[in-house]
Amino acid sequence: MSTTIQNIQATYAFVERNANLVKRYWAWELVWMVYSIANSLSVSFIGLGMEALSGEQANVDGRFLVLYLVIGTLVWRYLTTVFYWITEVISIERWEGTIEYTLMAPVRRVVHMAGQTVFAVVYSLFFTGVILVVTVFVFDLDMSQANLWGGLVMLIAGSFSFIGISIMVSVLPLLFPERGAQMTHIVIAVLLLVSGVYYPIEVLPKALQVFGVVSPATYVLDGVRLTLLEGTPTNQLWPQIWPVLVMGTVLIPLGLWVFNLAERYAKRTGKLARNG
Amino acid sequence: MTTYAIIVNQVIKRFGREKDNHWIKGVFRKWTSANGKNGNKPVEEENTGPVLALDTVSFQVKEGEIFGVLGPNGSGKSTLIRLMSTLLLPDEGQILVMGLDPVHRQIEVQQLINRVSVEASFFKKLSPMENLIYGARLYGMGGKEIRQRVVQILTRLGLEKRNIFNPMEEMSRGMQQKVAIARALLSRPKILLLDEPTTGLDPVSKREVQAVVMELKEQDGTTILLTTHDMNEAEVLCDRVAILHKGKLIALDTPEALKDLVPRMNGHKPSLEDVFIHLTGDKLKEEQKEDIESAQAMVRAITNADKLVEKESQPALEQ
Ligand SMILES: Nc1ncnc2c1ncn2[C@@H]1O[C@H](COP(=O)(O)OP(=O)(O)O)[C@@H](O)[C@H]1O
Ligand SMILES: [Mg+2]
Repeated sequence: MSTTIQNIQATYAFVERNANLVKRYWAWELVWMVYSIANSLSVSFIGLGMEALSGEQANVDGRFLVLYLVIGTLVWRYLTTVFYWITEVISIERWEGTIEYTLMAPVRRVVHMAGQTVFAVVYSLFFTGVILVVTVFVFDLDMSQANLWGGLVMLIAGSFSFIGISIMVSVLPLLFPERGAQMTHIVIAVLLLVSGVYYPIEVLPKALQVFGVVSPATYVLDGVRLTLLEGTPTNQLWPQIWPVLVMGTVLIPLGLWVFNLAERYAKRTGKLARNG
Repeated sequence: MTTYAIIVNQVIKRFGREKDNHWIKGVFRKWTSANGKNGNKPVEEENTGPVLALDTVSFQVKEGEIFGVLGPNGSGKSTLIRLMSTLLLPDEGQILVMGLDPVHRQIEVQQLINRVSVEASFFKKLSPMENLIYGARLYGMGGKEIRQRVVQILTRLGLEKRNIFNPMEEMSRGMQQKVAIARALLSRPKILLLDEPTTGLDPVSKREVQAVVMELKEQDGTTILLTTHDMNEAEVLCDRVAILHKGKLIALDTPEALKDLVPRMNGHKPSLEDVFIHLTGDKLKEEQKEDIESAQAMVRAITNADKLVEKESQPALEQ
C-alpha cells in the first residue's frame, strides 16, 4: 500500500471521527451555537446603543458601528473555533480515554494535525456561516457593497497562522494533564485584548499595540473589515495577507517541532496515561 | 533457529523525579517543620521519590508463542507493554520488536503491533462500527471491505448485529472488551499485546476471550504477549510465563517447569499461585528479615496451638 494513500486515509480518519463526534454530541453543539449567536448579537447591539446614547448631534453612525462589531465577533468566533478544535486534539482523547490508541497508531504527527485542522477549518466556517446568516437577518445588514469573496480569502489565509499558534498551544494539555486545557484560555484572552477585535488597536496603550502587531488576528480583522466595510478588491489585500502567510510558514513547522518535543517528553515521564 | 519477535534487554524504567535537594528547599522545609504544629513529625515524602517500575528486565519472546507476564498490581506489567508499543521511552536498556527499536523506528514498530488494555478506551458516544472504522483508517485501511470485516470480526467474537451501530456506552464491559480485541485484530498485527484482557470480566466472557486468544495463535500464528494476575489464565493460555515482582523478573519458564520449582505438597501438584508465593516469599525474606521473623514466630505459635487442638480432639474421635 502506498504511503500517500495511507496518509490520506489517516487524515480522513480524524475528519470523519470529529464529524461523528459532532453528530453524537449535537445537543451540546446546538447549545454552543445558541450561546455564540446571543453573544454576537449582544456585542453588535452596542453599535446601535452608542448611537442612541450619544444623541443626535454627536453624529455617530450606528449602522457602521454595528457592521464593524459584527465583523469583529464573526472573525473572532471563526478563529477561536479553529483554535479550540486544534488545541483540544489531546484533551478530547484524554477525556474519552482513547489517547494511547491514537498515539500508538502508525500516523505521523503532521498527518494527525492535518486531519484535525481540515476538520477545524471546515466546521468553523460552517459554524460562523450560520451566525452570519442570523446576524444579517436580525440587523437587516446591507452587504451589497461588500467584497464577500475577498473576506473569505482573508479568513482562509489567516487560518494558517492561527493553526500554527494552535498547534503550539496544544502542547499544554499534553504536558499538564490536569490544568493544561485551562491554560489555553489565557492565550485566547490575550489575543482578544491586543488584536483589535472590537476596536482599532490604535486606542490601546503603546506597549499593548506592540503585541497587536505580532498577533495574526490583527491582520485578519483588518483585511476582512476592508473587504466587507469598504469593498476593497481582493488583489489589494496583499499588505494584510503577506504577514499572516509569513507567520503561518514559520509557526506551523515550529508548532509541529514543539509538539514532537513535548510528545517525547511525555513518553519519557509517563504523562500520556498511567492507569491500568 | 528460533527467531525472536520481541527482545527485552536490561530495561530500566523509572517514574517521578529524583528528590530535588536544592538548599532553598532544605531551608524552606526546616522553616515549615519548625513552625508547623507537628514540628517533630518527619515530613511525608513517600510519593515524591522516583518509582522503579522496571528494574533491569531481560527476556525474549519467540515468534508465534503466547508469552505470559504474571504479576500483582504495580509490578510493572503495563509499563512493559507501553514500552513495546511506543507509548513510553525506556531510561536504560533496549527493546527490539521484530528486530526494530521502538525508540528510533517508531512508525515501523507501530505497524507491526496492536494492543488491548484493561480499560476498553473508546469514544463512548460512538458506535463500535464508528470506533473501529476510525481505528482501521489510522492503520491506512478503509473502504467497503473494512465495514464487512468489522461486522465479520465482531460477530465471530459473539457480538449481536444490532449492537454494532449503537453507542459503546450502552454495552457491558465484556462486550466492550470484545470490541477492543476486534479493534486490535483489524490491523492484522504481527504481535498482539494484551494487557490484562480478561480482568474484570464475568466468567463466561472471560472464557470467550480466552478462546479467541487460543484461536488466534492456532489459526494466524500471531505472537501474543499477555499480562495477567490470574494464575489459571497464565497456565491455560501461555507457552511460557515470566513472573514480575516489584519491577524485577523473578522467574521465567513453562508453566510446568515453574510448578516443579515448588516441592509437592500432600502429593498433589502445586498451582502457579503456590509458585508465585514461593518465589515472592523468598524475596520478601531478604528485604524485610525482621518482619518475616516476627511473622514466623507468629506462625510457630499458631501451629503449636493447632497441634494442641489436634491432640485434644484425638481422644474425642476415638471415643
Ligand atoms: N505514568 C506513570 N507515572 C508515574 N508512575 C507510574 C506510571 N505508570 C506506572 N507507574 C508506577 O509504576 C509502577 C508499575 O506500574 P504498572 O506498570 O502500571 O504495573 P501493573 O500494570 O503491573 O499493575 C507502579 O508503582 C505505578 O504506580
Ligand atoms: Mg497494569
